Amino acid sequence: MSILIDQQTRLIVQGITGRDGSFHALKMKTAGTNIVAGTSPGKKGTRIHGIPVYNSVHEAVRETGADTSIIFVPSAFAGDAMMEAADAGIKLIVCITEGIPTLDVIPAYNYIRKKGAKLIGPNSPGLISPGKSLVGILPGNIFLPGKTGIISRSGTLTYEIVYNLTLKGIGQSTAIGVGGDPVTGLYYKDLLELFEQDPDTDSIVLVGEIGGDAEEQAAKYIRDYISKPVVAFIAGKSAPPDKQMGHAGAIISSGSGTAKEKVEAFAAAGIPVAGVPSEVPEFIASRKNSYKHL
Amino acid sequence: MKIHEYQAKELFAKYHVPVENGILCRNVEEAILAYSVLEEKPVVIKAQVLTGGRGKAGGVKLAKNVDEVRDFAGLILGMNIKGYIVDRILVTQAVDIAVEYYLSFVIDRNLRSVVLMISRQGGVDIEDVARKTPEKIYKFVVDSSVGIPDFFARRAAFTLFENMDHVKQMVSLIRNLYRLMIDTDASLVEVNPLVLTREGRISAVDAKMVFDDNALFRHPDIRFLRESTEEERKEQIAKSKGFSYVGLDGNIGCMVNGAGLAMATMDIIKHFGGNPANFLDIGGSSNPEKVVDAMALLLGDPNVKVVMINIFGGITRCDDMASGLLKSFGQIETKIPVIVRLTGTNEKEGRELLKNGPFILAETMEEATRISITHAELQK
Repeated sequence: MSILIDQQTRLIVQGITGRDGSFHALKMKTAGTNIVAGTSPGKKGTRIHGIPVYNSVHEAVRETGADTSIIFVPSAFAGDAMMEAADAGIKLIVCITEGIPTLDVIPAYNYIRKKGAKLIGPNSPGLISPGKSLVGILPGNIFLPGKTGIISRSGTLTYEIVYNLTLKGIGQSTAIGVGGDPVTGLYYKDLLELFEQDPDTDSIVLVGEIGGDAEEQAAKYIRDYISKPVVAFIAGKSAPPDKQMGHAGAIISSGSGTAKEKVEAFAAAGIPVAGVPSEVPEFIASRKNSYKHL
Repeated sequence: MKIHEYQAKELFAKYHVPVENGILCRNVEEAILAYSVLEEKPVVIKAQVLTGGRGKAGGVKLAKNVDEVRDFAGLILGMNIKGYIVDRILVTQAVDIAVEYYLSFVIDRNLRSVVLMISRQGGVDIEDVARKTPEKIYKFVVDSSVGIPDFFARRAAFTLFENMDHVKQMVSLIRNLYRLMIDTDASLVEVNPLVLTREGRISAVDAKMVFDDNALFRHPDIRFLRESTEEERKEQIAKSKGFSYVGLDGNIGCMVNGAGLAMATMDIIKHFGGNPANFLDIGGSSNPEKVVDAMALLLGDPNVKVVMINIFGGITRCDDMASGLLKSFGQIETKIPVIVRLTGTNEKEGRELLKNGPFILAETMEEATRISITHAELQK
């Protein structure tokens, strides 16, 4: 098993006629994802890599029974695209677009929740259940099917860690990038809960970074509710205060949101924090072993 | 993006949020003139700099006569507050304060909402209050689909006031500030202190606004107010080329694809005892021009003794990345050692190609870091 996506996932690509949408639609299709439709207002009737294009998400859902969507539309229109997907009955909305105004994300997020759907992102690389489905821009070939779940605020740093895991033969059940913006959808707690319930996930890697206090909250949640071994990594130990480190959400403001606080919170909850990315596989392997002896 | 108090107050006034009369001055003569325009009543002279802690630094003074206006204006103009030189002061009518409060609209990441925060602990460092006595801050979560209805503002106002006249003033102030926040895509609107005067008026004695950089594209009037330090200008030039750049004070220049990996690269350099010169995320793609631009940016910093390039080839494969690097270094002339660590899809092919270039190759992040630190030491 895996969480959120698998072979049954029926995907719509919103913004499929754009450069990124078209490029990644092909990548996802090649990775085995069941892409049933694309949308782009005014482009109905065309096909991109053999995928039928519709004018609206409503139409695409009606014609194809899609349940998941991925968004590549430009930042000024992405808030609207998220709400359109939720209104059309999509259950999982994955927003790749970076640079969306926060005051567009807040109403979209709350609308999606009211419609009973889930949001991943924005500013997310998406997610992958290796060997089953890829809904995102992650490089599918570095992943290995397996039992470690991954939750991360970053893209390439996740790939770096996954690559290290794969080299050591530690495969992944599902890997999710939650997005680097200050306001995003599903976060640590929601995903930890899903991994805890997933019988085919036996360990979890949490890749956090500076900004906000989500890692501190996650540490407490893990201590209280997660029985599976967790290993953490925190990026931004050397980041200066009050500077955005690439991601809009990666900022130490008024002295809070530092890596130090986050590392201490994990330590206090008994969760090992890897000092460098290459330590993550060792930590996972040794934690899995120690759990077996319990 | 931050703006000055006087600019925030102009926006407040436009939205009918009460502020005291004030005049922006750039020299002592203007301050004296402002004092007479304000009918020679006591004034507060306030440094206008894009940083907090002005009061503690001595950048805010009450002046009761023309001599004090001259002295304090002269004292504050030219003052250095946390690295910002004061070149403007706001001369504003002093108010007879009965009580000081705190009010702000912030974006709460965990609640994914705008939150109204108010407190009776005004005029002090609110983070201090939040740490020591969080129960003294009242929070009201705004439902973005309805905004702030009257009842919501009234509920908030009643936590501070009993007098109906004060409540009414507060209700319209809360609603107007929220409208301002939404209209301008602000990520913070803060009034500290918000005061009740002895005459019973509620007034925003200070004003702070921060705007969402991602929304500036639809606010040309706000964008126009941007004042950048030299460092910030460098960051903005980098941004216009599709990079994220933050300058630091070390000597190892870093070029990385992806923000998380770029942070982890700085961290690992520190971890092994070196000093990163910067954070630089060049994004995806193997476009050789990007690397040329990025190298120009790194080499523009005289402290940079070594460049460490850390690339993960995912969607863009390592062999494509390597060809891009070779092409760009065909156009770059530098004697500075360049250490490259390339990993991911087709990394062997990529490394094989790079053997033909002016690079020192490393296989792991640890190895690249150790080599970079050694070379940085040698160059000293």
